[in-house]
Amino acid sequence: MNRTSFRAALVPGAAALALSISLTACGASNESTESGSDAGSSTETGSLSGELNGAGSSAQEKAMEAWSTGFQGLNPDVTLNYNPLGSGDGRTQFIEGGTLFAGTDSYFSDDEGELSKANERCGSDVIEVPSYVSPIAVMFNLEGVDALNMDSDTIAKIFDQKITKWNDPAIADQNPDVELPDTDITTVHRQDDSGTTKNFTDYLGKASDSWSYEAEDAFPVKGGVAAEGTSGVVAAVTNGNGTIGYADESQVGDLSVVSVKVGDEYVAPSAESAAKVVAVSPAVEGRPEVDMAVDVDRTTEEAGSYPVILLSYLVACQTYPSADEADLVKGFLEYVVSDEGQQAAADNAGSAPLDADTASRAQGIVEAISAE
Amino acid sequence: MSTTSASSTRNTAPTQTGDRVFSGIARTAGLAIVVALAGVFVFLAIEGIPGFFQPEQFYKGAGSFWGYVDNLIFGTVLVATIALIVAVPLAFGIALVVSHYAPKWIAGPVAYVIDLLAAVPSVVFGLWGINLFAPKMVPLYDWLHEHLGFLPFFKGPVNPVGTTLLTTGLVLAIMVLPIITAISREVFTQTPVLHEEAALALGATRWEMIRLAVFPYARSGMVSAVMLGLGRALGETMAVAMVLSGGGGISFNLITNSNPTSIAANIASQYKENTPGTLHVLIATGLVLFLITFLVNFAARWIVARNERRMSR
Repeated sequence: MNRTSFRAALVPGAAALALSISLTACGASNESTESGSDAGSSTETGSLSGELNGAGSSAQEKAMEAWSTGFQGLNPDVTLNYNPLGSGDGRTQFIEGGTLFAGTDSYFSDDEGELSKANERCGSDVIEVPSYVSPIAVMFNLEGVDALNMDSDTIAKIFDQKITKWNDPAIADQNPDVELPDTDITTVHRQDDSGTTKNFTDYLGKASDSWSYEAEDAFPVKGGVAAEGTSGVVAAVTNGNGTIGYADESQVGDLSVVSVKVGDEYVAPSAESAAKVVAVSPAVEGRPEVDMAVDVDRTTEEAGSYPVILLSYLVACQTYPSADEADLVKGFLEYVVSDEGQQAAADNAGSAPLDADTASRAQGIVEAISAE
Repeated sequence: MSTTSASSTRNTAPTQTGDRVFSGIARTAGLAIVVALAGVFVFLAIEGIPGFFQPEQFYKGAGSFWGYVDNLIFGTVLVATIALIVAVPLAFGIALVVSHYAPKWIAGPVAYVIDLLAAVPSVVFGLWGINLFAPKMVPLYDWLHEHLGFLPFFKGPVNPVGTTLLTTGLVLAIMVLPIITAISREVFTQTPVLHEEAALALGATRWEMIRLAVFPYARSGMVSAVMLGLGRALGETMAVAMVLSGGGGISFNLITNSNPTSIAANIASQYKENTPGTLHVLIATGLVLFLITFLVNFAARWIVARNERRMSR
């Protein structure tokens, strides 16, 4: 008897719940269609449909979530799949024609013939546009010290285990106003392979004379604490005293960050200073108009630019065999480099929006994507 | 006598539909586990064997597969050993308290809390380990280094974050504790009351009664419990990956920065940015772990069987 009355109460309850869920779902989809038609006037989307497959950089994964939500909100009939396999696999799949676009942390180069193969796949020069810029902060936890200035040599020596005390003259000279304790320095680096490590070591290699290692996904120096993932590094730096590490600036939280010497001044990581270094970085030589590949200028002296960044590209063709594919890729890339797309990535992934000049040039390139 | 009567009843028992269905289900279940295990092994072998012979660059500067995997094997076995050294006496102690020493009103809740520990996911242990437990251990490591620094285990320099082999071993100990406790508690309570009463009647103290009546009876179950705990410790992935600061070679230094990591944790950290070559290498390390687990289990069973034969003689 008891059981029956329980079931009698449960069934209408469940039905009501299901109904309310489907109602919310309706409401949500209505809303996104409306906002889609609003934005459609500027980006000419809203009517796309089909499946858009991409793969590549895992650094872009979080931004891609934001773009995917935003783009599918504008175009409810589109299914966007992005497989964060890593940049190398992403480029390979793109060359083999398995995906319509790819995300990659390093641009196509012809060292191993990748660029020619990509051009061959597309039938014309491949498009590379910067899509994701993320400043990498050098953060530390030292009792009584809130901010420090360092040049690239000092940072390189610290991470190379050459400077081992916080009151080392190399640090003290650059921070005359700071009382530095006699604490041991403990460096914290990524245990897993990561694009953050690659860009950080690339910066150290190019900007300082004291770093003798190649830029690599795996941290090259033995010693120091290894931690799993960005959050692991942040946790390790937070939990120790005298610890220093590197991570995406958006994940640093309350930790103190190092201002890096650029030219004659010290620059703190921020969205603006990171976007600025992309704008002043020289284009890779010999690239066509549609290829925006740049060599990030790690040694820039431009005031207010921050050279320790991770720059990631989206790769696509100028023409696609079918109009549907061309429209999808064009629509998506237009969305990504638009103010709206860059802002969505900034909100979700903590990236730095592209500066206006870079974004408008990228917009011009992707607008020209068409069917063969 | 009793065995013959048992076998004759089995042969002559009337079979009905229910019996046939049940025996079918039981047989399927028994086969399923063998098939699953064989499937895993075949996958590891097919995908992993190419990993032994990859070009050098896939071994991260180690040169060869054995150079790459030897410190991983060492790390895996070392943290599991630390975990068992800590967990096994504690687990048997708790199990004995629950089964023989404590009054019922305490034993019930204690057993319940221990079982609850088994339900905590390993990621949570990892988070707890890196954010709370590891930093709290640092003063202890400083003390160990200062006073026992002449031992190779505590040579230092001390890891100021606390993400050391010892911390990882202790976190694993807490993770395997409920498994060993729950199983050994069950086998301890299965000891025939007559055996226990006989021991007490002969004038044995309670401890002697446990040593003479309970342990011999429960030995096989206790080994099973330890083996299951060891299996979890050897294969534990997330907690080790999150807590242990890896990157080091073979060393018995338990409180320092660079430590040999474990096979499972290494797979977890390297898998995300894999290429086909590194993937083969990672699966090959998985195959090695599979074989280690198999060998350890096999050895333990063999030792127990030998002891049992000697006891029965």
